[in-house]
Parts: sequence; C-alpha cells; structure tokens
Amino acid sequence: MTSMALAVRDSATMTRRSLRHVLRYPVTIVVSVGVPVLMLLLFIGVFGALKAGLGTGPHVSYIDYVLPGIVVMTAAYGSSITTQSVNRDSTEGIIGRFRTMAISPASVLSGHVTTALIRTLVGVAVVIGVAIGLGFRPTADAGRWLAVAGVTVLLVLALSWLAVAIGLAAKTVEGTTGFILIVQVLPFISSAFVPPGQMSGSVRWFAANEPFTPVIDTLRGLMTGTPSGGTVIAAVLWCAGLALAGYLSARALSRRDLNR
Amino acid sequence: MTSAIMAAGVRKSFGGKVVLDGVDLEVGAGTTFSLLGPNGAGKTTMVQIMSTVVHADVGEVRIAGHDAARNPVAVRAAIGVTGQFSAVDNLLTGEENLLLMADLHHLGRAEGRRRAAALLGQFDLAEAAAKTVATYSGGMRRRLDLAMTLIGRPRIIFLDEPTSGLDPRSRRIMWQTVRELVADGVTIFLTTQQLDEADQLADQIAVLDHGKVVAAGTPDELKRSIPGAHVRLRFADTKGIEAAERSLGGSFRHDDSLTLEVPSDGGAIAVRTLLNRLGDTAADIAEVSVHTPDLDDVFFALTGHPTAETTPETENAR
Repeated sequence: MTSMALAVRDSATMTRRSLRHVLRYPVTIVVSVGVPVLMLLLFIGVFGALKAGLGTGPHVSYIDYVLPGIVVMTAAYGSSITTQSVNRDSTEGIIGRFRTMAISPASVLSGHVTTALIRTLVGVAVVIGVAIGLGFRPTADAGRWLAVAGVTVLLVLALSWLAVAIGLAAKTVEGTTGFILIVQVLPFISSAFVPPGQMSGSVRWFAANEPFTPVIDTLRGLMTGTPSGGTVIAAVLWCAGLALAGYLSARALSRRDLNR
Repeated sequence: MTSAIMAAGVRKSFGGKVVLDGVDLEVGAGTTFSLLGPNGAGKTTMVQIMSTVVHADVGEVRIAGHDAARNPVAVRAAIGVTGQFSAVDNLLTGEENLLLMADLHHLGRAEGRRRAAALLGQFDLAEAAAKTVATYSGGMRRRLDLAMTLIGRPRIIFLDEPTSGLDPRSRRIMWQTVRELVADGVTIFLTTQQLDEADQLADQIAVLDHGKVVAAGTPDELKRSIPGAHVRLRFADTKGIEAAERSLGGSFRHDDSLTLEVPSDGGAIAVRTLLNRLGDTAADIAEVSVHTPDLDDVFFALTGHPTAETTPETENAR
C-alpha cells in the first residue's frame, strides 16, 4: 500500500475510534444539539414579535433571520467537544502510544476533525429539521443547499482545526475553557440575532467585522435570499484562513517533544 | 551478535536542567537489558529518546539498525513501548483497545480478533474484555497496556518501570511475559528501580545516576561490587553483645544501637548455623533481621551518595 493509502486507512481507524466515543457517551451530542435548539426557541419567543423593528425585511419572519446564526452556534458548540476530546487524548497518555507506532502522524488529528464534521453536520441537520417544524421557510434550491453544506463544512473545518490546536496546547482540560468561551460567546456579538447596523458604538464595529458575521450572512443569503458576493468571499477567506492557522499550529504542536 | 539497540553519547537537557549527560549503551538482539536507577535518574527520558517521542540534544541512537532521529518511522515499525503511565483508551473496552491497535498495525480483521482474544486470555482479562477501561484496576490497565504493545509482535520492546505499583499477581504475569518474549527471540529493554527485578530478568544491567551510567555489567558482576548481605543481631545489653562478638569474630559492632552485623547470605540455613554458633548467648538477642543489598546499597557503593539525594521531578515531568 502507498503511504497515502495508509494515511487514509489510519485516519479511518482513528475516526471510527472517535465516533465510538461519541456513541458511547451520547450526552455530549445531545447537549450540543439541545442548546442551539433551546436558543432558537428562546430567541423566537423573545424577539419574534419585534422582527419589523429589527430591519430584517418585511417578508422575512424572525425564524428565517435567526436560523443561520443557530447553525453557526451548533458548529461552535461542536468544536468545544472536539477541543476537550483532543485534550483528553494528549493528557491521558494514549497519544504517547500513538506516537511510538508506525502510523500516519496526522491520522490522530484528522480522525478528530472528521468525527467533528460528521457530528456537526448531523447536529445541523437536526437543528434545521426542528426549525422547519417551527415555521422556518427556506427558499433555497438544491444547488443553494449544496452551497450551504459547503460553507458549513468550511466553518467546521476552521473551528475544528483551531479546537485541535487548543486541545493540544492546553496542559489540562481547564486550559481549553478560554477557547470554548470565545466560540460560544462570539455568535451573540454577530449578525446572528440582530443586524449589526442596529447595534451601537464599538459593539457594532466588532459585530460587523468578526468572522462569524460573514459566515452567518452567507448562510442566510443562501437559505432565504441571495447572498452578496463580498460577504461570500469574506466568509470563505475567514474560514480558510482560520482552518490553515489551526492546522499549522496543530501540526507544529503535535511534533513537539512528548514531555513539553 | 548484532545489536538491537545502540546509544552513543546521548545528552538531553530540559529547560537548562541536564537530564542525560552522555549515555552510551548497547543491547544485543534477543537479550534483556535493564536500566536501573532511582526516580529522576533519566530512565524515562532515555526510553522516550529511544522510542522516538523525544529528540536527543546530542548523540546517536540506533534501534534495529535505524537512526532514531533520521528515520523514526522505521524505528517505530520495529518497537513496542509500555510506559509508566498506562497508554490506554479509557472510553473504549479492553477488547476495543486491542482491536484498535490491530487496525493500526494493519492486521486483517480475522487476524486482529484472533490475536486480541489470545492476549485477553494470556493477560487474565477475558472476563473484563467487554467492560470500559475506565472501570479497570491499575493492575488490569497495565496488563492491557502490555497486551496492546504485544499485538503488533514487535521485535524490540521497551518497558518503562513495568511493575512499579503493581499487585503481586500482575507483577508475576509481567515477569512471566518478559521471559516468554525473550524465549521467542524478542529484545527487551526495561527500566526499574528494583534490583531484584533486574536480577531476575536481565542479562545485562546499567546503573543510571544523574544522567550518567555509573556501572554496567551482568547482575553477578554488579552484585560483586556491592557490600554483601548481612544478618543484624540486636541485643538487650552490652554483656550479651560482647559475648556474641567473641564467639563469632569478623562481625561489625554498633555500640549505640547494641547491634552486631554479621556477613551472611541471609538464607535460613545460614541464619540457623549462625544462631547455633552463638549457643547460649542467643538467649540475649532481642531481634534478628536479615539485610540484603538493595538499590540503596548499590547506589551508595557506586556513587557514594544515597538514592534520596536525586530529585524526582525531572523524571515525572509529564
């Protein structure tokens, strides 16, 4: 077998391993889908009546406006599970065993990322299904849905590689809480629930320029309207850039001496 | 005979602290080598360098003929490692852990299942095979760890303090396994703090202290360099000790503790002979104890300082 084929085989083995973890302790995945669904219900309940004042357009109901943000939130919650499981691997000693074996070194990490992709895409599908039950009326055709899936995959790749790097860098699971807090709070200060134009001062500037906003705007455009070209480019660049930064840091961290 | 493991001039510092200070060693294929030393001597770091997870600052390491720094993948294909900290997946069952290893060694499904079942039996884990490792005792975990190392049938195995903190049953299984592996031609490199473990298992021993090999040789050669075993007799009063010293001769007397040290191999027959020679004086003995050479004696003899002076923090850095 070629080294490429071996790398794919090892990654598949590692993915099966992480998926087994997910299935054995399903509570984490239930929470990571349950919390976004709860947020969806909460925001529809609180802000649904105010949609006219939010500048979301006369024909768009609030659930149509808010759902893309909930999708991003689901991905963010998913990445906090990823960072914790990578950290558990690297602090519990099993990573030491993997590193003394003749396996593709990247397979340990790509197994986590592939699992995160599967886990999050299933979670997002569940969230969208619940939203449709609650009155979400997307206008996207098959091509648009494919684009939605593509953008979501890019976002999960970016968040997962960052999560892997943080999980490797942290000496204990407590060390990952900073990352978890950031990815869980950022969606609130974005275009997820309220258009940044309605915010004030520095919060408005932050919300307009943080990475989640173009991703949310792109998803919203694809699902219920037409995204602007600039937003799509910004979303893709943010995701690709963060994914690359996360991947390169993770690779460097995984090559360190075991003890350090 | 070809050497399975060769290290020359290996040096390693962590944050300015010298952990290994020029270590040379050579292990013949199919033999058992023991690196003996206290906590903090650098044993774990040496194993980590040889198993390619830590890079040496200076020096050359060749495992199965491959350079550990330049060709780590070839080294990894030849070795198996069981460390001090059990490297098992706590969220999987014992059997799933073994099958994971089988998959990573690219064994076929049937072959993987066959070897996993055999190892679960060999290591007394068959009953617990379907339980998650999180529920295992420390001894079960270490046995599973070794089984995971063996599933790929490595020709060179590193065991870092394989029996420290183990219950007697797990320790016996561990020793038995090492003997069987060597009988099959596998090379074993094991670190230990216990002289008797090295004595039981090793063909060659090197004593590591403060990152340097201070003595090397066969167990017999090493023991000859250590002060012999002795029987210690504690007396109730000075009258008894004086009488005993006269009838024995060649003993060493501690007046302050009223004890007499008599060179002896410490066996039952030797002790009986000794007490017979004392005759009636034996009635004055308050306590008889047998003292055999241990790592402290080795260290004191070889380095002139007791083991307690070495600091434990570097060895357990992780």
